[in-house]
Amino acid sequence: MGTRIFAGVAALALAAALAGCAGTVNADNGGGASGGPVTLSLVAYSTPQAAYEALIKAFQATPEGRNVRFTQSYGGSGDQSRAVGAGLSADIVAFSLEPDITRLVTAKLVAPDWNADATKGMVTDSVVVIATRKGNPKGIRTWDDLVRPGVQVITPNPFASGGARWNLLAGYGAKSNKGADKAAGLAYLEALLRNVPVQDTSARASLQTFAGGKGDAIISYENEAIFAQQHGQALDYTVPDDTILIENPIAVTTNSAHPTQAKAFLAFLHSAQGRKIFADHGYRPVGQAVTGVGFPTPAGLFTIKDLGGWSKVSKEFFDPGTGSVAAIEQKLGVSTASGGGTPSPSGK
Amino acid sequence: MVTRYSLRVLALGYLLFLLVLPVGLIAWRTFARGLAPVLSALTSPSAVHAFEVTLSVASWAVVANTIFGIGAAILLVRHRFPGKRILGALIDLPLAVSPVVVGLALILVYGRFAPAGGWLERHGLQVIFSLPGMVLATVFVSLPLVVRAIVPVLEELGEEQEQAAHTLGATGWQTFRRITIPGIRWALAYGVVLCLARALGEYGAVAVVSGRLVGQTQTLTLFVEERFQNFDQPAAFAAATALALMAVVTLLLTKFLRPKD
Amino acid sequence: MATIEARAAPISAPPAAPARAPRPRRRPPHLGTGLGLGLAVTYLSLIVLLPLAAVVWRGTRGGDFWRAVSTPDSWAALKLTVGGSLLVAAINIVMGTVIAWVLVRDRFPGKAVVDVLIDLPFALPTIVAGLVLLALYGTASPLHLNLAYTQAGVIVALLFVTLPFVVRTVQPVLLELDRDMEEAAHSLGAGGWLTFRRIILPNLLPAMLSGGGLAFTRAIAEYGSTVLISGNIKFRTEVAAVNIFGRIENDEITSAAAVSTALLVVAFVVLAGLDLVRRWGARRGD
Repeated sequence: MGTRIFAGVAALALAAALAGCAGTVNADNGGGASGGPVTLSLVAYSTPQAAYEALIKAFQATPEGRNVRFTQSYGGSGDQSRAVGAGLSADIVAFSLEPDITRLVTAKLVAPDWNADATKGMVTDSVVVIATRKGNPKGIRTWDDLVRPGVQVITPNPFASGGARWNLLAGYGAKSNKGADKAAGLAYLEALLRNVPVQDTSARASLQTFAGGKGDAIISYENEAIFAQQHGQALDYTVPDDTILIENPIAVTTNSAHPTQAKAFLAFLHSAQGRKIFADHGYRPVGQAVTGVGFPTPAGLFTIKDLGGWSKVSKEFFDPGTGSVAAIEQKLGVSTASGGGTPSPSGK
Repeated sequence: MVTRYSLRVLALGYLLFLLVLPVGLIAWRTFARGLAPVLSALTSPSAVHAFEVTLSVASWAVVANTIFGIGAAILLVRHRFPGKRILGALIDLPLAVSPVVVGLALILVYGRFAPAGGWLERHGLQVIFSLPGMVLATVFVSLPLVVRAIVPVLEELGEEQEQAAHTLGATGWQTFRRITIPGIRWALAYGVVLCLARALGEYGAVAVVSGRLVGQTQTLTLFVEERFQNFDQPAAFAAATALALMAVVTLLLTKFLRPKD
Repeated sequence: MATIEARAAPISAPPAAPARAPRPRRRPPHLGTGLGLGLAVTYLSLIVLLPLAAVVWRGTRGGDFWRAVSTPDSWAALKLTVGGSLLVAAINIVMGTVIAWVLVRDRFPGKAVVDVLIDLPFALPTIVAGLVLLALYGTASPLHLNLAYTQAGVIVALLFVTLPFVVRTVQPVLLELDRDMEEAAHSLGAGGWLTFRRIILPNLLPAMLSGGGLAFTRAIAEYGSTVLISGNIKFRTEVAAVNIFGRIENDEITSAAAVSTALLVVAFVVLAGLDLVRRWGARRGD
């Protein structure tokens, strides 16, 4: 009986502690007037979490950012974009590639002139690199090395991950002479995807897979490879001569309750201090270089514009029904995630 | 006998490799560099936020399900009405539903584009991607636990005392407060602890409805996954060990509180 | 006084004598019942019934159900889930009974600790279970046993979370078992295995099946513990719950609802079967 009493008292104490804690959690609602604290919601893709955490801290040390608090959400670029469309509150959206912003423009959540500024709406750049185990035991350095028989390559599923599209377009552009020889490019993609054992749903998830021991090489953003190295992962990476310039967009939403502060944050990200913090985390600056942090320039760097721009590329390659990459994936038996049913934007 | 020893070895070996070694390894790896890094990981702002969110959501769920649990148990045991067995089966339903399906189900009714959810949002209450949605998901998965703990004891207790009190002039509420509740108090405590443990440990359902808002809708379980995905093994392991310790405490509490059969 | 007499009147039948087996006399339905029932049903509907109905409705409307469920990756996920869970239930029926036997019939130091530990998978959050198993059976395994990205890893994760089910249903039956028949068989010269097979096993069977059914239902629903160790490779190690999660993230709600409905139907069928088993067991047990 004594132990039961003790257990009962312990349970009651626990309940009391909980009730106390429940009382102290207050949802942070932004103050309306310029005096009170304001909360901005940042919804971003998976990889720049560490960078944004540092940037937010630095922003809050500036006069514009003094009274600003942030809630942050990170996940696969496409998934996050869809979540915002489905009701996830956001003041600032930062995605891996432009179509994920365009989707929100169509849903009237982002203004159509979001990319009318000096940097064309982009906040960071990067390039697609090939990363391997430390010491590169299999000597994988070029796009051709990735299609050697027996080599296992990790890259995410392009129908779930924005990063995967950059990866595949980099390989395609490199082997098709920047889009001139489409057949050669598609043949390369088929050979490449044949060597991919696992297709994760986000860039970060595929890095996890590689770090977990799967695969001989991983196609990834340069900033992801740098992030992994900075966090003690044993990998090396090569910047191929021919690769694509990754451009990451950012925008303030139309239904933001605090557009002034949101735009101030964006201005901070484009300032010298902001660009330096990004660069320290492995992100290339848009426009002029950042003093003190250098990035190698690939000889054959090309952009999405060279391949025809996102709207053309999305339709031609990544349309789940008729795209050429979808056809390749289906041939290899990989899910394009919308092979059967049609995802209707209105049918939520 | 040989059979006895071989059975014992088989059972203990199975438990060793499936249960003891994995849990022990995590605890060992967590404390490999001493207590200090663990404590600093657990007192980081996002970890503390995760604790707060977890406790807040869990307390709401426990309170709601306790009130429902007591009421439903009394209904099932002391009252007569058609469809009683169906009610009992429906209350047990959450035990058979996958947590991801729970999240989906709530989105379909309380999401922004659903009729109920849309109406609520127009009146200022966002459910999905916000704390109320997390509470709903946690209430769903732990719903039957208090009811199931109380029902057998309530049945065993019998109605004599309550009817005697009634004869002596006690109101329903007085009977409830003075006779019923004290009669079931250990079973009630047991059910509450079970409900609390389930609520603290929920992962799948909250993962679907949370929106991954770090510091806002990130419970301790979601924190474990997010830190792990960010190569922050020390923080992930520390939080995992904290959760495991809570689980062990729960186990011990339930062991003492379990109604003796 | 007047009040007490007035209140004493409605209780017409004499109060039950304590010695009689308590047959609870439930009050006939009255206003309190109606109100309580209404509140309970409302709570249940708002939280459980309406949302689940929405899933089934969304998943089966317009004839999309079979098309969604039979897409290559969802079908593979369902097959892996159901097949894996059947295997796990079978292993649990054997090992769970062995463990229950050892806990009831054997004696060794630390048995009480083991008994408490059995329930740990009930209390441990699934993501922690996943982390825990990944540490021991992942790429950095100190046992050099790497089950990451394999179906074996999925099976181990499912075994972990379903561990207590069969043990806890068989244990009480073993405890209540009357040893007389066993001793009679023993004195007649029957060996241990024959006694077990002919005398003990038939009594345990309903409990074993019941626990196995519960383990199966738990295993098909599992998400958190498989997410880390399996790598969620489509067509190979992706379980149904992960497949559903992916579909939700992709905004393919109808497909997600269809696969969810499939899971619910399987669970429902098994639980209905369990109810039959329980009634069969109750008939045997008296």
